[in-house]
Amino acid sequence: MFDVLRSMRDMDVWVPRTVVQMRRLGVQSVPIALFIATFTGIVLALLSSYSFSGAVPLYFVGTLIGKTIMMELAPVLTGLALAGRIGANIAAELGTMRVTEQVDALETLAFNPLSFLVVPRVLAATVMVPLVVALAMAVGVTSGWITAISLLDLTTPEFLKGLRLFYEFKDIWFGLVKSASFGLGIAAIGSFKGLRTGGGAEGVGRATTEAVVISASMILVLDAFWAVILL
Amino acid sequence: MICFRDLHKRFGEKHVLNGFSLEVPEGETTVIIGYSGSGKSVALKHVVGLLEPDHGEVEVDGHVVHDLPRAELMQLRGSVGFVFQFAALFDSMTVLENIALGLKHQGVSDREIEQRVRESLEVVDLDGAEQRFPAELSGGMRKRVGIARAIALRPRYLLYDEPTTGLDPVTSSVINALMVRTRERLGVTAIVVTHDMRSAYSVGDRIAMLFKGQVRQVGTVDQIQRTHDPIVRQFIEGQPDASGDPEVPEFEETIA
Ligand SMILES: Nc1ncnc2c1ncn2[C@@H]1O[C@H](COP(=O)(O)OP(=O)(O)O)[C@@H](O)[C@H]1O
Ligand SMILES: [Mg+2]
Repeated sequence: MFDVLRSMRDMDVWVPRTVVQMRRLGVQSVPIALFIATFTGIVLALLSSYSFSGAVPLYFVGTLIGKTIMMELAPVLTGLALAGRIGANIAAELGTMRVTEQVDALETLAFNPLSFLVVPRVLAATVMVPLVVALAMAVGVTSGWITAISLLDLTTPEFLKGLRLFYEFKDIWFGLVKSASFGLGIAAIGSFKGLRTGGGAEGVGRATTEAVVISASMILVLDAFWAVILL
Repeated sequence: MICFRDLHKRFGEKHVLNGFSLEVPEGETTVIIGYSGSGKSVALKHVVGLLEPDHGEVEVDGHVVHDLPRAELMQLRGSVGFVFQFAALFDSMTVLENIALGLKHQGVSDREIEQRVRESLEVVDLDGAEQRFPAELSGGMRKRVGIARAIALRPRYLLYDEPTTGLDPVTSSVINALMVRTRERLGVTAIVVTHDMRSAYSVGDRIAMLFKGQVRQVGTVDQIQRTHDPIVRQFIEGQPDASGDPEVPEFEETIA
């Protein structure tokens, strides 16, 4: 931990590499996140109208979609998908670099692997995961709205009324703070597992699997943690 | 001068180095021979602080490596070129970027970098390969880029980990000639780790055999060729188990 802070001093090393990682870890994760969000929105609209079945005014569909997508589903489902994508990517790449002695080579060239390899990835994931989740929130709510007006007996004004009903600005930033912590955790675990890889190709496989499993579990635990702390 | 003093290193139960002591005289090429898995790479990695000894020390220019403050360790690493067994080129970067990376980090100017990259590629006979990626190169070419990357830093010491292992005889000779030329041109002190005796004889001034974690014998190429030590004889002549010693470690190819 202290090493990581110290390695932040080598600005010229990690700043340019962070931009590259933001593109690789963030931008390329957008399609999978939007795919998940679209289908979550559809299902949520149908599911809530089915559950309310006349007992609750139908415009509450908007409320439910807004709250659950922004506070829970967009961050957690996207987080889990990215635990697979980003976590595996980082662990496999750094693990391969470790077993092929590229990490050693970096060190012999007087680089600190933490500033060269880890800091850019962790920063990129911490910044980009919330941005991807923000997109997922927008797309999820939109797809819920389209489903509601086309498949349910709901008009746009009614949907918006429901959406605004209990909306607080906190809903969004709660989701985004969670997402940032997921991004940080995924990248840190992937980097740690990758750099600690031993034992050839088999070791890389093991490190990758462990990184994904641990990141996914971490997301669920952190999710509960933030609910306790911030709600 | 590089000096190993009573170096001990253990991985779990495995006592890899067990009182390894060796002096590497200035300006010479010292070859460390030994069976695969005997700890040659482990010994080499101690020189630049990639591994820390459990006991004992490595001294470079009078400084104990594992006691150096971080900044000075980095400075030391800048004066030691390390050529890895499988080249360890950064595969997301071109040949040019691989060689330029360390130079840039040392604050060498762009113009100087360009010149040094061209120069070192010339030394290894790979002019014109700047824009290629490691994956597009043959094993021998990759090793030569690895050497170019090390010499571009104008190091005072060069450490070669199995520079000819896995190469065909002709390519091996090219690499051997290259190591000799590098020493003559740059006047570096070198350690070459290998189990290729042809290479050991052609590049070495002195040869040390690592066996069971210690130096079994050290001497000039002549002395080693005329040795009466049965273990050393067996190794340099490549006889399978002539002494009947059941404890001679098996040949195992390890990447570690
Ligand atoms: N980082 C490491 N972790 C655990 N074991 C290691 C490590 N590096 C080397 N070893 C073990 O130390 C022994 C010597 O390895 P090495 O120095 O690579 O042998 P060689 O003489 O072939 O270069 C091997 O048995 C290897 O498995
Ligand atoms: Mg080795």
